[in-house]
Amino acid sequence: MDFQLTDDQRALRAGVRELLVRRFGRERLRAAVGPGGGGSAGRRAVGGLDRALWRELGEAGFFALRLPEERGGVGLGLPEAVLAFEEAGRALLPGPLVATHLAAGEVPGAATGTCVVAAVDGSLVEWLDEADVVRGDVGGAVALRSVDPLTPLHRVPRAAPPDPVAALLTAAEQLGSAAWTCALAVQHARTREQFGQPIGAFQAVKHLCSEMLVRVEVARAAVYAAAVTGDPLDIAAARLLADEAAERGARDCLQVHGGMGFTWESDVHLHLKRAWSRARRGEGAAAAEEALAEDLLTSAARSGA
Amino acid sequence: MDLSYSAEDEEFRARLRKWLGEVLPGLPAKPSADDWPGRRAYDLGWQRLLYDAGYAGLHWSVDAGGRGATPTRHLIFLEETEKAGAPYVGANFVGLLHAGPTIAAEGSARQRARWLPPVLRGEEVWCQGFSEPDAGSDLASLRTRAWRDGDDYVVSGSKIWTSHAEVADWCELLVRTDAQAPKHRGITWLAMPMDAPGITVRPLRTLAGSAEFAEVFLDEVRVPVANRVGEENDGWRVTMVTLSFERGTAFVGEVVACRRVLGELAREARKNGRWDDVPLRRRLGRLNAEFRALWRLTQWNVSESERGGGVPGVGGSVFKLRYSQARQELYDAAAEVLGPEALDLGREWTVDRLSSLSYTIAAGTSQIQRNIVAERILGLPKGR
Ligand SMILES: Cc1cc2nc3c(=O)[nH]c(=O)nc-3n(C[C@H](O)[C@H](O)[C@H](O)COP(=O)(O)OP(=O)(O)OC[C@H]3O[C@@H](n4cnc5c(N)ncnc54)[C@H](O)[C@@H]3O)c2cc1C
Repeated sequence: MDFQLTDDQRALRAGVRELLVRRFGRERLRAAVGPGGGGSAGRRAVGGLDRALWRELGEAGFFALRLPEERGGVGLGLPEAVLAFEEAGRALLPGPLVATHLAAGEVPGAATGTCVVAAVDGSLVEWLDEADVVRGDVGGAVALRSVDPLTPLHRVPRAAPPDPVAALLTAAEQLGSAAWTCALAVQHARTREQFGQPIGAFQAVKHLCSEMLVRVEVARAAVYAAAVTGDPLDIAAARLLADEAAERGARDCLQVHGGMGFTWESDVHLHLKRAWSRARRGEGAAAAEEALAEDLLTSAARSGA
Repeated sequence: MDLSYSAEDEEFRARLRKWLGEVLPGLPAKPSADDWPGRRAYDLGWQRLLYDAGYAGLHWSVDAGGRGATPTRHLIFLEETEKAGAPYVGANFVGLLHAGPTIAAEGSARQRARWLPPVLRGEEVWCQGFSEPDAGSDLASLRTRAWRDGDDYVVSGSKIWTSHAEVADWCELLVRTDAQAPKHRGITWLAMPMDAPGITVRPLRTLAGSAEFAEVFLDEVRVPVANRVGEENDGWRVTMVTLSFERGTAFVGEVVACRRVLGELAREARKNGRWDDVPLRRRLGRLNAEFRALWRLTQWNVSESERGGGVPGVGGSVFKLRYSQARQELYDAAAEVLGPEALDLGREWTVDRLSSLSYTIAAGTSQIQRNIVAERILGLPKGR
């Protein structure tokens, strides 16, 4: 047993992070979201998908990561895909990443990023109007005015059957977002001063930050383990913990930022809104909890206790 | 990232299982919670069996009389013994997990030869005399005094919450030897024989009804200077060294046990009809996720320490924070499953629910753990 990242996995993570910082750094994120000053910024229409970036992701192997080498892919596995998606979640990278990744090898151009693929996930479709190919039954799709400014959404009447790999990659994005909001909160707590000292010296703030980290580390262990085993129940557990880490992490990060956290200009709300939106993918928490409850009965029976 | 065990590790596991299968049916009946001499004999008897079979001090270094096993082997040992329903370390806890490792790291050759073998062989019990009435979370403010008189220290003061004090042979004792020095610099570590004149042990009843810990009053107790481990006034550092022995394995058996209890809870709920209660059923499902994740976090921490990385003891704080809370949630859910029977002390889960309340207090409260995580991992400034 060596349940730690290998050197190659570390290098891959660093590579994806470097690419995303360079190609989708904070300025790009803010440009995509729109300005913070007056008016009705919060109700802005969502910007389009950056196709040049999409192709660059394709060239870097983001979509073809798990495709066998003989089929033109990178030939890596779920653990590596999880590390890449964690970075995407951290950078708040927009677009139908999971759908396009899952389409690699099946939809021409998906692997290379020349084709944008959207798919029904749960009873929602992200990026429907921007997609070149749409998978799943989108008959009767109705546009929502998406709460997440970087994720256009449609609702569909017929939910797609759940896909555990999609759920795992979503959990990886949630993990990345949770790790980032924790880091952002800590950074703010170290530098913002009130009452003559950094607010991070106040225990109430300190303890919020500690709890954020605890949720991140517990979720990380669950997500990475699910990537190694590929077991649907491990994935169900991972998604519950990663959703919790991302949603609560973003809220606590907002709290640590005070009034600044409530502004359009801060990035915190973007993480919270995306976390909310990701948590609606797949079957939702209820189904994951039910599956894990059922497992308690069957695994107890299996062990013959 | 690899979760599979090597062939050698699997072989170790198979041999251990076989041995447990042979030896466990022959164990005497478990003594009752209040039968302290019985509990001592039972716990020491188990340790002796481990010793004879070559499993004692598995994770101790070979020089200290242990087996020098890797953290992964130790994990397997703890997992398998719990799964097989083997006895818990019980009264051997301080000897095997605190005092022993401290002596192994900081003691002289003579001290190691005197104290370590009896711990491994299941002959002597240790207790931990750290906390005092006025020194809990702020342990370094402890006031039990010791002064030199010839070849002895003379010790006066009082300790509290000392687990297993009534049945211990030795106490790892922290005393103040320099009242003028900054608080961390005036502390000394002593091994105090519990039969020395001047020691009074007064058992304290816990909220669960049994006497799990005690007050220990010390009235001019003479402890030979030869029983000092480390230098005079260097006891704080000596004690903290023990933390590095915490390799993420402190709660392995308990996490395995919690997962078993969770399965039992589900079956009980199925039997008594509570399973049809959707929110309760979902709560059990979420607890399954929780304990699966805690098991994975354990494997993560063990692998990290096997690679020699991480900050010793600090990863343990993250784990303890979440685990102590999860354990309390588990037994709260058990109470929901039991319904009115949750008020019956005749049900094991009722008593376990009471005991679970100590987990966010003992061995560093959750508030203190959060301070540690914030200051030592996240780098937030110390409070004033
Ligand atoms: C079952 C059990 C077994 C034990 N066994 C032993 C043993 O064998 N040997 C031994 O030496 N000790 C033992 N202890 C003692 C244990 O280590 C102490 O109870 C613990 O360290 C807390 O100290 P205290 O009880 O004095 O509480 P206090 O330190 O008085 O704390 C009271 C409350 O104040 C909070 N608080 C204190 N300081 C801070 C701070 N800086 N920031 C925020 N909050 C703070 C605490 O979190 C807590 O909520 C045992 C305790 C229990 C419950």
